[in-house]
Amino acid sequence: MLEPFLVRAIVAGLALAVVAAPLGCFVIWQRMAYFGETVAQASLIGVALSLALRLDITVGVVVIAVVVAFLLLWFGRQQVVALDSVLGLLHHAALATGVIAMSMLKGPPVDLLGFLFGDVFAVTTGDIAWIAGGGAVVLAIVAWLWQPLLSLAVHEDLAAAEGIDRRHVRAIFTILLAVTIAVAMKIVGVLLVMAFLVVPAVAARPLAGSPERMVLLTAAVAAASVVLGLALSATIDSPGGPSIVIVMSLAAAVSLTAAGFIRRR
Amino acid sequence: MADQDVRAAAPAANARSHDDGHTHGASCKQGCATHTNHESLGAIDASALISARGLGLVRNGRDLLDGIDIDIHKREIVTLIGPNGAGKTTLVRLLLGLETPDRGELRRQADMRIGYVPQRFEVDAVIPMTVERFPQLGGEASAARIGAILDEVGAGHTRHQQLSQLSGGELQRVVLARALLRDPDLLVLDEPVQGIDYSGEAELYNLIARLRDERGFGVLLVSHDLHIVMARSDRVVCLNRHVCCSGVPETVAQHPAYTRLFGAEAARAFAVYRHQHDHSHDIAGVPHAAESTAAPRSTPAGDERA
Repeated sequence: MLEPFLVRAIVAGLALAVVAAPLGCFVIWQRMAYFGETVAQASLIGVALSLALRLDITVGVVVIAVVVAFLLLWFGRQQVVALDSVLGLLHHAALATGVIAMSMLKGPPVDLLGFLFGDVFAVTTGDIAWIAGGGAVVLAIVAWLWQPLLSLAVHEDLAAAEGIDRRHVRAIFTILLAVTIAVAMKIVGVLLVMAFLVVPAVAARPLAGSPERMVLLTAAVAAASVVLGLALSATIDSPGGPSIVIVMSLAAAVSLTAAGFIRRR
Repeated sequence: MADQDVRAAAPAANARSHDDGHTHGASCKQGCATHTNHESLGAIDASALISARGLGLVRNGRDLLDGIDIDIHKREIVTLIGPNGAGKTTLVRLLLGLETPDRGELRRQADMRIGYVPQRFEVDAVIPMTVERFPQLGGEASAARIGAILDEVGAGHTRHQQLSQLSGGELQRVVLARALLRDPDLLVLDEPVQGIDYSGEAELYNLIARLRDERGFGVLLVSHDLHIVMARSDRVVCLNRHVCCSGVPETVAQHPAYTRLFGAEAARAFAVYRHQHDHSHDIAGVPHAAESTAAPRSTPAGDERA
């Protein structure tokens, strides 16, 4: 039978696939991929702080991710440079800061690669509880806010004119995204978190005719990629997180290419 | 029917101008380009859907809007006209609460339901969304009602298509359908006929006027299609960063400030149009196509499209 560590990896990956699906869809609907990327890479600073202060890493990462996300939202209100351009620079700066902070930690050496790319085979039962528990809360809130979130994603001004409190909804979404990133980091690391969210959604887009179907398909693509990726990893002894992301990327490439050909006919 | 709309307008406007102490529907200042002797409408009108006094918006040290007084009541079609860059869309955004004014007072009726058709509705193809589903984002609506309204705005054939596949004109109609399905107290239309041809435009304005009669919502309309629109309006507000003149269409059209902004030909085109409009209707109250389009087609020189 399967080794226990492999079972834990599969369970954690599948749980994350389901939680990440709606978030990933909203990220690409609202063109927030760079935003998420910056928050994700900044969470390495949270890891370093947690290790230095001997706090729980997940808690530390959630706090830093939320703080960074709100700083970015606030910064996005300046209208001199498009936020996207700024984020293109900032996510490098955030990563550099995180790596330096990690290098300055005293004590036993830390597994920097593990934080950068995730260590899915080291997932503990406690981690799975975090993913399942935190994920359930995230999903419940997304379901509760589904209509306003979707309305804002389709056309922000229209939704706001119709009475949706856009600041409120966006703030909640930002927190959800930060929590998801913090939780997902364990499996795919700060560098690949956004790929785990975004790539399955991209793969699902050409196949979906409604937003809800797109979320379901995203979850399905992500779940299949977790299983196939971990199988690949076990077969050729490749790192787990990157193997999952490679399978997702293949799925996206096939899906987009096929959609391109169908549209051209 | 179309005549009634126009006639009904005058008493309403007069009644208000009486309240405000104005002599007639139009309260116009000489010299639109300068802004010196600003006439105020008085205090905020609590009975209005939206009432604003002295609204101003500053961006980069420049007044985009200054000293705007405007009221929009139930059952009233208020049309905002003005040249490009006059701040029409900015004013709409202020009134909708999408931007915060830097100066002035703005009162919106509590729990007012707004139906909004923005100037440019760009759909991101990354969100899969059918035409039929789209209005439900604005509120619950049965499939039958959605179908009926889509038919009414002339977009019934798009019902099962994806939003991203629609043409600009089709999209405008679908967004209008969403606004109407909300059972709005106030319908806000920012250049709603972009991408729609002239006969379609007349049809849409007739539809809006008819629904206004049936349901009694207020309408705030931004347009530079002076001729058709003004004949349909109860009140016209001529904007060029401040309110140049406002009142019933006839008076505004004859006002020097209006002529300066839009050219003498605009006033003539409007007068000609009104004349024809008064005398020629089909059974449904729709002006005959040939006559409704004859005058408007000669787009006046001062029109901002030119």
